Amino acid sequence: MSKIFYAKSHEWVEFLDDTTARVGISDYAQSELGDLVFVSLPEEGDEVAVGESFADVESVKAVSNVYSPVSGTVKAVNENLLDQPELVNSDAMDAWFIEVENISDKADLLTEEEYKKLIEE
Amino acid sequence: MKLIFEKGNKNRGLDLMPECDVPIRQVATGYERKKELNLPHLSETEISRHYTKLAKRTFGVNNGFYPLGSCTMKYNPKINNEMAGLPGFSDVHPLQPIDTVQGCLEVYRLAEKYLTKITGMDAIDFQPAAGAHGEFTGLKLIWAYHQDRNDSRRDKIIVPDSAHGTNPASASMAGFTVINVPSTEDGFVDVKALREVVGDDTAGFMLTNPNTIGLFEEHILEITSIIHEAGGLNYYDGANLNAIMGVARPGDMGFDVVHLNLHKTFSTPHGGGGPGSGPVGCKDILVKYLPSARIIDIDGRLSFEDKNEKSIGRVKDFYGNFLVVVRALTYMMTLGSEGLKDASENAVLNANYMLHKLKDTFEVPFGNGRCMHEFVISLEGLKKEKSVSALDFAKALLDRGMHPPTMYFPLIVHEALMVEPTETETKETLDEAIELFKDLYNKACNDPDAMHNSPTSTPIGRPDEVMAARNPILRYKF
Repeated sequence: MSKIFYAKSHEWVEFLDDTTARVGISDYAQSELGDLVFVSLPEEGDEVAVGESFADVESVKAVSNVYSPVSGTVKAVNENLLDQPELVNSDAMDAWFIEVENISDKADLLTEEEYKKLIEE
Repeated sequence: MKLIFEKGNKNRGLDLMPECDVPIRQVATGYERKKELNLPHLSETEISRHYTKLAKRTFGVNNGFYPLGSCTMKYNPKINNEMAGLPGFSDVHPLQPIDTVQGCLEVYRLAEKYLTKITGMDAIDFQPAAGAHGEFTGLKLIWAYHQDRNDSRRDKIIVPDSAHGTNPASASMAGFTVINVPSTEDGFVDVKALREVVGDDTAGFMLTNPNTIGLFEEHILEITSIIHEAGGLNYYDGANLNAIMGVARPGDMGFDVVHLNLHKTFSTPHGGGGPGSGPVGCKDILVKYLPSARIIDIDGRLSFEDKNEKSIGRVKDFYGNFLVVVRALTYMMTLGSEGLKDASENAVLNANYMLHKLKDTFEVPFGNGRCMHEFVISLEGLKKEKSVSALDFAKALLDRGMHPPTMYFPLIVHEALMVEPTETETKETLDEAIELFKDLYNKACNDPDAMHNSPTSTPIGRPDEVMAARNPILRYKF
C-alpha cells in the first residue's frame, strides 16, 4: 500500500516510518501556481504544526503558503529548492520540501484516489 | 532599444544644465572623487529623441482605457500638476525656517481637515510614502496602543482571505502573527469563522473594503463590533476608497485606523514607481502614537507641536511626499464635497455598467451581478475548454490597444481578470471596451491559437517573466 497521502490544502506527505515523513506540494498545486521563482524553507530543528504554514512558494502570479500536514520537528530541508525552485514544477512528487521527525499529530489526510476526486471537483 | 548609457560619445555635451547659482565649495580633503562619474555624454537632440522614443513605447491613461483593477487608473487633472509645480511648493527645502514655509504647512493642515471629514477619523499623518507603508504605520499604532495599555499578549492580526496581499505582509512586518479568516461563498467575511478566531490575543482586524472582488462587506458593523468587544482595533485598508468617497466613512463603520492611497484616489499619476503617498488616519485614542508632530496654529502662525513621547517615531524622513499631498488637495478643492461624491458614484456606476453588459458572456463568480468600483471575471471555463488563459486574453487586449485588467488577482478567483473602469471614462469608451471583450471571447472560442500568439503589435512580445523573476537584472553594469 502506498505511503503517500495528501492534505486538502494540496500538500503531499510520504511516511518513511511511523514518526518520520517527507512533505512536498502536489502536482496539481504546482500546476495551479505556475512557474515557481522562489521557495522559502524552515530551518532544521524548527517545529511545524498541523495546518500551520512552514514555507512560502512564490510564482509569477502570487506568493502562497505551504501548510504542514503533520506536527513534528524539521529533521532536514531540501536546500536544492532554494537555488532551483523549478524542480517543484518539473517533478512535484520528487521535490520534497522538508523531512519531519517525532511526528505527534497529523491532519485529516486523503489517499491518492480521494485526493484525485477532490481536485476534479 | 538602446539604454541611455549605451548612447552618445565621450566629450559630447549639451546646454540643458543651468549655471550653478550658489558659490562652489571645495569638497573636504580625502573625500574628492578619484574617478570620473559614469554619466552618459549625449547631445540635446539625442536626449530628446531618446525620451520621445521611450514615451512612445509606454502606455498610460493619456493613451487609452486602463481598467487595471485595484489600481484606480483614473485620469489625473492637469491642474494638480500645475499646482504642484508652483515654486512656493516645489522650490522649498525641508529644513527651511518655518516662517518661510507657512503655505506648505497650510497645505498639510487643509488636506488633513478634508481627509478627516472624508474618512471620519480624528487625525491624519502624511509621513508614509505609499499604501503598504501606510499599512505598516497604522499597524504600528495598534501595536503601540496595546503595549501602552500593558496588553502585550495581543499579537494577532486577523486578515480575511479576500484582503489585499499587502495586508498580511504588513502585519507580519509590523511584528504580528497573521490569522486568516476565509470568505463565505458569496465573497464576504465569514462572520461565524471570525467569532471563532477572536480572543484575548487579538490585536486587530484588517479589512479591505470594498474587498478585492469589488463587494462592500455586508456585515461591516457586526464585524467591527466583534473585534472591539474582543479588545482589538479595526484597521481599514482605504486603497479602494474610490468607491465610497462622500457616501460612507470608515470612522462611522467602527474603524480606528485607515490608510489612504492619495496617488490613486486623489489623482497623482502613478504606476511608474512613485512617488506615492499613503497617509494614515486614526481616531483620538491613537493620535499620540502618530509618527509626525502635529501642526498647530498659534495666532495665525503655523508650527509643530512638541512630538509626543509615545510616538512610534519617524517612518520617513521629513514630511512624506509633499507634492502628492498638494495634488490631492487640489483635487479635493476643485471637486468639492459634492464632486467627490459624484466621482465615487460614477466609479461605481461605470463598473456596474460594464459588469451588466459582460455578465452574460463571462463568468462572474461573485456579487450576483452587482459590484462597487470594480468586478472580477473568471476565464476558468475558457482555459479548460479552449486553453485560453487570463494571460492570453490580457495579451490579446494589448494588440487591440487597450491596457488589460489586473490578472490572477484576487487568488480566490481562478483565471481572474479584475476590471476597474474608474469614473473618468465616457460611455463610448466603456461600450468600446465591452465590445472588445466580447469580440475577444468569441475569438478565443473560434481561434484560440491566435490568442496564444498575442501580442504581435507591441514593441515587445511576451517577456520571460519567470526568467525575470529568477534572475532579475536590476541595474546597468558599467
